[in-house]
Amino acid sequence: MIQSSETTLAPAPVEVQKGWGGQSVKRKEDKRLLQGEGVFVDDVKRHGMGYLHFVRSPYAHAHITRVDVSAAEAIDGVYGTLTGEEVAALTDPFFQISSVPGANIKDFSLAVGKVRYVGEPVVAVVAETRELARDASELVEVDYEPLAAVVDARVAQDSDTPVLHDDAGGNLMWSGLYSWGDLDAAFAEADRVVKIPELHFHRFNSTPLECDGALVEYNRGVSQWTIHTNNQFPGFAAIMMGPAMKVGLDKLRFVTQDIGGGFGNKITSHPQLVVCCLLARKLNRPVQWTEWRTDFHLSMSHGNERWFRDTEVAVKDDGTLLGFRTKALDDAGAWLRYEPLGGVIWAQVTPGMYRWKHIELEFTQVATNKAPVSPNRGYSRMQHLWFTERVIDIVARELDLDPVEVRKRNYVRAEDMPYTTPNGCVYDSGDYAAMLDLALGLVGYDSMEARRADAKERGKLLGVGIGSTLDSGTNNFGQSRLINPELQFSGNNEVATVKLDIFGEIVVTLGTTPQGQGHETTAAQVVADILNCSVDDVHVRAGHDSYWNSHAGFSGTYASQFAVTGLSAVKGATEMLAAEIKKLAGAVFGGVPAEALELADGGVRIKESPDAFLPFMACGAIINANNAGLPEDLDVTLNCRYVYRPPFEVPDVETKMGNLTLTYACQVHVAVVEVDPETGAYEIVDYAAVDDCGKRINPQIVEGQVMGATAQAIGAAVHETYEYDEDGNLLTPNFYDYHVPHALDMPPLATGAIESPSPFTPLGTKGMGEGGGAGIHAVCAAIQDATGQIVTDSHNPYQRVWRLLQEAKA
Amino acid sequence: MDVTVTVNGTTYERDVEPRKLLIHFLRDDLDLTGSHVGCDTGNCGACSVIVDGVLVKSCMLLAVQANGASIETVEGLAEGDELTPLQLAFNEHHALQCGYCTPGMLMSATALLRENPSPSEDEIAKALQGNICRCTGYWNIVEAVKSVAK
Ligand code: FES
Ligand code: FES
Repeated sequence: MIQSSETTLAPAPVEVQKGWGGQSVKRKEDKRLLQGEGVFVDDVKRHGMGYLHFVRSPYAHAHITRVDVSAAEAIDGVYGTLTGEEVAALTDPFFQISSVPGANIKDFSLAVGKVRYVGEPVVAVVAETRELARDASELVEVDYEPLAAVVDARVAQDSDTPVLHDDAGGNLMWSGLYSWGDLDAAFAEADRVVKIPELHFHRFNSTPLECDGALVEYNRGVSQWTIHTNNQFPGFAAIMMGPAMKVGLDKLRFVTQDIGGGFGNKITSHPQLVVCCLLARKLNRPVQWTEWRTDFHLSMSHGNERWFRDTEVAVKDDGTLLGFRTKALDDAGAWLRYEPLGGVIWAQVTPGMYRWKHIELEFTQVATNKAPVSPNRGYSRMQHLWFTERVIDIVARELDLDPVEVRKRNYVRAEDMPYTTPNGCVYDSGDYAAMLDLALGLVGYDSMEARRADAKERGKLLGVGIGSTLDSGTNNFGQSRLINPELQFSGNNEVATVKLDIFGEIVVTLGTTPQGQGHETTAAQVVADILNCSVDDVHVRAGHDSYWNSHAGFSGTYASQFAVTGLSAVKGATEMLAAEIKKLAGAVFGGVPAEALELADGGVRIKESPDAFLPFMACGAIINANNAGLPEDLDVTLNCRYVYRPPFEVPDVETKMGNLTLTYACQVHVAVVEVDPETGAYEIVDYAAVDDCGKRINPQIVEGQVMGATAQAIGAAVHETYEYDEDGNLLTPNFYDYHVPHALDMPPLATGAIESPSPFTPLGTKGMGEGGGAGIHAVCAAIQDATGQIVTDSHNPYQRVWRLLQEAKA
Repeated sequence: MDVTVTVNGTTYERDVEPRKLLIHFLRDDLDLTGSHVGCDTGNCGACSVIVDGVLVKSCMLLAVQANGASIETVEGLAEGDELTPLQLAFNEHHALQCGYCTPGMLMSATALLRENPSPSEDEIAKALQGNICRCTGYWNIVEAVKSVAK
């Protein structure tokens, strides 16, 4: 069942932005995409290119005893191959973010000597056609000596468990103790201690519809690679690839136009990109790689699977939350491709939305024989927020309190904003209780008891669940030092350039790599407001090219930040341009001061005598092509580059205190489910999603992100899982077995919005789009409400609900 | 093998490997890259095209099976720069984000509307159930199709 959604605005007065900002301007990027004229990575072709196919491991854990590519290479039309041995000779292992023991592992772009998960790339074959590359791969002979596999993180550190990385001396990759406040005092003050032995957050990811890919060209003359790719964080890829390939970053040019979804899953394709680069050089021809869906499922960017064990929560009888301690055990899979950053990213939202003061979390990350984990929409915070939401509902149940009341009693209050959390993060703004009221109103909470009775009459169990989450955005990369104090990363940045071209064209270049977030549109809105022109007059270049000089170390599109980093860069650059236009016009008009000028109607004019008007076209022409006689000291280029740098300090490595992100958008979702007590099958019959991301530049785009995050969360809650058998075989390696929601699966949806502008960002915006997995939390809570049984897993297919119901009977 | 197809009114004659999928023929041989590949099991619908009036997933057909057929792809929907009402509705209702599923969605919805110009919401959702979108959650897509239903 699908039903239209409607947006309800909070009754509270909302300051509406003037001009283009705040309007649901229709997206500029749509026209090409609607006509099939987008340029996605697999659309890029070059003369003489070869298609790359990976030979992948059929074993979860095995020694490689022999690799023979001769039969494959003998085939007509096969251009060549690359083996792990060659990779080990040509490159260094990737730099590791982790401190020891994870720091000691040796990660190459193809398996060297050993395979560690099913689907791990072992050999690459390049041939004239896709089909031939695939066929030839079958002729590559690899001999394996299988080893026992570890697929359960909980036994990864046991003495009889096989070890993935001998270099690390065991399967422990990283561990750290986070402790803030005074736990002993909290537990001494508590009326009750609620104990939760084990909670499990399952493995899944967002499965962007377009898989990973690249077309790589090598320019022998200047020893430089041009990498057309859909990697969504080229800055990170470059930092990983350059040192491994022993080349400077100027040798790696990243180009992207359209990307078919990313959701974090396209951050860690750097190993495959290295293979493409090495082969483009070795074979002296462009190399094209498009991942197959099965390959994606087997090997790319699974979301972090996490256990929370031995949780103890200190509470007062009235439901006041004092503190908690827990042990988080994170399953990294076989390699640390972005990990162990998940070991600190969760700390951005340490207390969730609540005023918990005393918190202790022991974080342990282990390696297992499964695909490597990497960021996935809501990266690491989602797992933690699911935990905090589970705790709230379990506490409410144990104390026989209303989950709505427990939330309201403990939410950070609007009057406390900006609110400093126990670990030094500063929640910038928001009114969580008002959001909850709005969300409850949207599902008709007042009449829920009547509906419950009605459902009962129909033989159904009705349940209501809340998911309240934060979408922390604009990372302070200094948090990486809490993982490894040796790292020299901190802060964040993004770049934009805005220029007037010869004929007055306003041309904007972004450092970002959008995957559907509408950056061309929202950037144009910001520019148009400052230059006082139409969005139609603003040309935002599609995609990303590291040759454009509009990128910085952290450029990319990830971690809910464009509305802050990207748009603040755009704002900064446009304001510079506006000032330069006025400076130029002032000179042309014979020394008129900037204050006396204004931008309007596609040009600049003297406020008092509007007839003195210089169109942008004239400005562009004068500076670019007709500049003789201009005053010597007129430092105007009309080509302005601005780097936005958020205000951050380096977090304290000892106390692990510090503000880890700049903004904290928030979500409250409410799900209403009806469970069939006989079968465990359930339907989400009502759903509300309320979002507050500060000022919304384009409310329709914001709502689209909310919808997308909601759909992904519902999919994960009900259907999607990367489950492995005991031998390490992935049981859901394609869209046939891995069920993502279809149009018919979607519940009726009502969306609502509150705007609490961020006091910390130039536009009052907050990054958004990831959501915090609120749908997963809401569905879990609703199932708990319906069945009366504590829900301990984030994934609740019908059979698990059926089991809960059996437990209830027993 | 020799294959002759008409795509969006243009006739193409090509020598094709017998095992080549229709989607790869369209994309790689005819350079019609509007139709996409999102899976390898026939589940996602990103490759949907209309062959002799019938909606098909072009990854589930060999190019040689399309010999003699008349094929419609996303590139053929608009008249030059004039978008169809359905395409305009997708823009109006924000029915696309990354745009990767969009060509397939448009073809499925076009086929539906030809057969049933006034579908209900449920009929729309049913008609689109072979098309996966990972960005939008479908609400706006259904809304867009509904808005052009008679
Ligand atoms: S590519 Fe044809 S259905 Fe997915
Ligand atoms: S818009 Fe991205 S998959 Fe549908």
